[in-house]
Amino acid sequence: MPSGIYVLIEHQQGAVEDISYVMLAAGNMLAKQTGEEIIALLLGNKIKEMAGDLKADQVIYFDHPDLEDFSPDAYLEVLAPYIEAHPPKAFIGGHTSVGMDIVCGLASRFGFPIISQCQKFKTEGETIRFVSQICGGKIIVEGLLPEPSVMISLVPGSYKVEQGKGDVSPDIETVEVAEILNNRMKLIEYVELDAGDVDISKEEVLVAVGRGLQNPNDLELAQELAGALGGSVCGSRPVIDQGWLPASRLVGKSGKSVSPKVYLAFGISGAPEHTQAITESDIIIAINTDPNAPIFEFAKYGVEEDAVDILTALNDHITQN
Amino acid sequence: MKIVVPVKLIPDLVEELSIDPSGTALDMTWMRLVINELDHHAIEQAILLKEKFGAEVIVMAPDLEGADDVLFTAAAAGADRLIRIIGLGESFNNHTLAAVCQPIMVDINPDMILTGVQATDDLDGQLGPILAERLKMHYIGYIAGMSLENGSLILNKEFPGGLVAKMKVELPVVVGIQAAESPPRYIAYSRVRQARNSAEIEDIQTTELDTNLSPAITRMFQPEAEERAQILSGSLDEISDQMIKILKEAGVV
Ligand SMILES: Cc1cc2nc3c(=O)[nH]c(=O)nc-3n(C[C@H](O)[C@H](O)[C@H](O)COP(=O)(O)OP(=O)(O)OC[C@H]3O[C@@H](n4cnc5c(N)ncnc54)[C@H](O)[C@@H]3O)c2cc1C
Ligand SMILES: Nc1ncnc2c1ncn2[C@@H]1O[C@H](COP(=O)(O)O)[C@@H](O)[C@H]1O
Repeated sequence: MPSGIYVLIEHQQGAVEDISYVMLAAGNMLAKQTGEEIIALLLGNKIKEMAGDLKADQVIYFDHPDLEDFSPDAYLEVLAPYIEAHPPKAFIGGHTSVGMDIVCGLASRFGFPIISQCQKFKTEGETIRFVSQICGGKIIVEGLLPEPSVMISLVPGSYKVEQGKGDVSPDIETVEVAEILNNRMKLIEYVELDAGDVDISKEEVLVAVGRGLQNPNDLELAQELAGALGGSVCGSRPVIDQGWLPASRLVGKSGKSVSPKVYLAFGISGAPEHTQAITESDIIIAINTDPNAPIFEFAKYGVEEDAVDILTALNDHITQN
Repeated sequence: MKIVVPVKLIPDLVEELSIDPSGTALDMTWMRLVINELDHHAIEQAILLKEKFGAEVIVMAPDLEGADDVLFTAAAAGADRLIRIIGLGESFNNHTLAAVCQPIMVDINPDMILTGVQATDDLDGQLGPILAERLKMHYIGYIAGMSLENGSLILNKEFPGGLVAKMKVELPVVVGIQAAESPPRYIAYSRVRQARNSAEIEDIQTTELDTNLSPAITRMFQPEAEERAQILSGSLDEISDQMIKILKEAGVV
């Protein structure tokens, strides 16, 4: 019988990533509901001490020099035999650059169903449901948590980091990995993008622009406003991918998380990959022509007008006073 | 070198979405389908590789409304072969799509499969890694930018917080694209029309339709916001007055 709730721990450059604690929080809830043990899977090179504050009944630590940096090949080679020998009731990975490389691979190999973009679990008596968010946050899907085994990729938002941190050091079992034979993916180096640019995670005022801005020439208006407010311009993924702004200005899942006093979002729809990184802002003001844009669910104030009109009006207003 | 890009057609999120009477699926009746944005980036990346290093680029799409446009647009951008997968029906998940793509891929025997790292409607995992496993190929995702050096791929894998890992990866491989090296090129509609006349779409009929691993959906709905923004209204002047007031209260003006 499959047993155990597994959590794949993510870490980067010597520190456990927040998503790992979020997954542990979710996993602990599942474990309690099902009476299962929660088991954290940690892979790395001489990083056993990283397991210290993981809230788990047990940590299985896989140690090998080739696990120093993340490689999907190396992780799969190490995890697959373990999962084969100890099939889990549920395996939780992050809906992230690490988790998404591993969850689907293991699932297909062993024929387990997958639940993607899982937000949280809901329980009614003995029944456990998954809740996932699809279509850029516009649709919520609920369903029965598949049995006897399921692979899950979890998005942040519903569970708190603190809930995944334990006060007592968990029981750690070290697995000495003898060799990793089939790693065809090797790190060359880490690149910090545009180091030296402003650090948007520290700014107090951010003027964020999205695809709704439509014309890169109008970026000047956003820059003017940011200048007047003593802040910086940042953007959503499409804006960065179009080369309108450098990668250092990306807000979201693949960019930076921000916590300004005021976050002005011009022409940003409010996809989960964006909003997950702005929830620590004191005040969010969203300017969007679509009254149904999800961003209005995160914003304190909303303006259902054209982004350029509002930018222009604000700039005029500030210049005149 | 052969590069295959399997693309997904997904609901256009700009349009109003609705749920069908069963309450467990999207209502597809009036749904406009568009190419998954990241698959569009995958096509662009394939064509960039072709232009720099030479390759045959093969684009395949399920036979849904809009597939022809997507395929002919890819041809106009530089794709060499277009494949339409027939017989999938209207709604299918990634496991089914991967199962159906598998024999076609075996036949083509590609050096590289590029696909969007995810699609907005993914519920049962992602096409790329599921397909990779079925083909016993290796998979790596979240890739923004790649090139070839001495027969190996050099690619940028993104991690949270703006960290990028430059990695060396051996072929053959399946890659989940987060962004092409440069944004998808603009293709004028006249060129798509031209492609309609000159390019040819091959139809491949599917046989296996395995929906075994679909999660059982009990409810699908549009989220009702618990709290919604307070909407500032009036003339542009009045709105900017109110905004300035809020900014002042926040102590940033
Ligand atoms: C793995 C992965 C990672 C991702 N990481 C990130 C990330 O880190 N950061 C990120 O931002 N995204 C990320 N994304 C992309 C994300 O899913 C969305 O696609 C993206 O956030 C959408 O950007 P947007 O809101 O600017 O564009 P859209 O979603 O296209 O929204 C544009 C908005 O502008 C509005 N609009 C149109 N015209 C006007 C006008 N004249 N005036 C005002 N409003 C107007 C529209 O109503 C719409 O709401 C990621 C996606 C994936 C799959
Ligand atoms: N049963 C399997 N199903 C799918 N992929 C596999 C399987 N076994 C191995 N692989 C993958 O295929 C690669 C080549 O494996 P091998 O057959 O051992 O040379 C491995 O590194 C795995 O990533």
